[in-house]
Amino acid sequence: MKPAAFDYLRPADLDEALAALHEHGTDAKVMAGGQSLMPMLNMRLLAPAVIVDISDLESLDGIEASNGHIEIGAAATQASLGEWPELAATAPLLAKALPNIGHFQTRNRGTVCGSLAHSDPSSELPLCLATLGGEVVLQSREGNRRVVAADFQTAMLTTDCGPQEMVVAARFPVAVAGAGYAFAEIARRHGDFAIVALAAMVTGDTIRLGVGGVADTPQVREWHGLEGDALTDELDDALNAFAWEMGGSDDVHATARYRREIVRRIGRKVIAEAADAADR
Amino acid sequence: MPLIARDAHHRIALTLNGERVEGYAEPRMLLVDFLRHELGATGTHTGCEHGVCGACTIRVEGRAARACLMLAVQADGKALDTVEGLATRDGTLSPLQQAFHENFALQCGFCTPGLLMSLGEVLERNPDPSEQEIRIAIGGNICRCTGYQEIVDAALAAAAVLRGEKPRNGNKD
Repeated sequence: MKPAAFDYLRPADLDEALAALHEHGTDAKVMAGGQSLMPMLNMRLLAPAVIVDISDLESLDGIEASNGHIEIGAAATQASLGEWPELAATAPLLAKALPNIGHFQTRNRGTVCGSLAHSDPSSELPLCLATLGGEVVLQSREGNRRVVAADFQTAMLTTDCGPQEMVVAARFPVAVAGAGYAFAEIARRHGDFAIVALAAMVTGDTIRLGVGGVADTPQVREWHGLEGDALTDELDDALNAFAWEMGGSDDVHATARYRREIVRRIGRKVIAEAADAADR
Repeated sequence: MPLIARDAHHRIALTLNGERVEGYAEPRMLLVDFLRHELGATGTHTGCEHGVCGACTIRVEGRAARACLMLAVQADGKALDTVEGLATRDGTLSPLQQAFHENFALQCGFCTPGLLMSLGEVLERNPDPSEQEIRIAIGGNICRCTGYQEIVDAALAAAAVLRGEKPRNGNKD
């Protein structure tokens, strides 16, 4: 397989990358790690006229925690986030989700922001961003803006990023003191696309569950005051309602019914795991 | 800003298994095709060409990566390692290759280069992996011959040898 022909641009800094996007707009595609874009080019699902390669831009590969967020630059790989020494303490949900993203060979090149920009419905990082209520920083020559996860991912493989904009950073909220986090996904083999992925956060009597792989975009629900007996009965009803609300469809991997069953059963399991990890 | 036009053949100079090599590629040429067709390094195999099967796995600056998910132009100036660099010049196999040989970890051999390059990084980072860690690490490498058991045995045996211990002989003890 060969991608369709394209011009290849390797900007020396962010300004050059933004200038290229300003000039080429919808004809251009930004490539960071390329682990989602390259398969689409190889299969000619996409045929951009220009590729803007930002993978080697050192000014964009930072990972730092400040003011309650972990800010991850557009060229930072999933592997570098996994190796970031503060990850487990600062963002336990990300630490639990990361090993499930593709395989270690694809994490070595795949970027955090690239995964968000690609916005696959079953992808782990968009699910984590939505569950934690994080945001994406978009920049163009005109300036930059922050978009919260719920507004960023608008539909399957579709985001709010304009043709002359690019994702320059992702901002994940750091762990809330006393909160517990858990992540689980069901896939045919480790590293495959998740059939359904689930992320849970439990703080006090608040339960938050994010689900990827059922609807077109990650869906998040929050329940309050479920304790004691209510935690068993009412949570089962709430998970069932949530599963039905998301719709979901049959595909080659699983039926919609199987996906609802995962939400009900594994949903309960991740919530229990997050509750165990929380100081209640 | 460096721009490479779609029909231009760009000169690419890189380090392959410690040796400086050069070739020409247009922007859309995949790294795996560049290795095989331009440089003649056919040890790296082309499988699914969308990152799923792992046959084309090589090391880029020491990190395992899919050569089908990289452009040749992205490898310009980089240090690559492929299966051709594992054995010494006199043909002595690396400990991992030797363990594959002794544990019957290959049959047709198509997946073997990708498995060797993947496991190379795994064993460097984790000298004493568990069976489960090996199985997760090679989850991204498809083998249709062995059923994987012998590959896992070989990886554990090679890890033991690299630690300076007597190799465990898998489940054939």
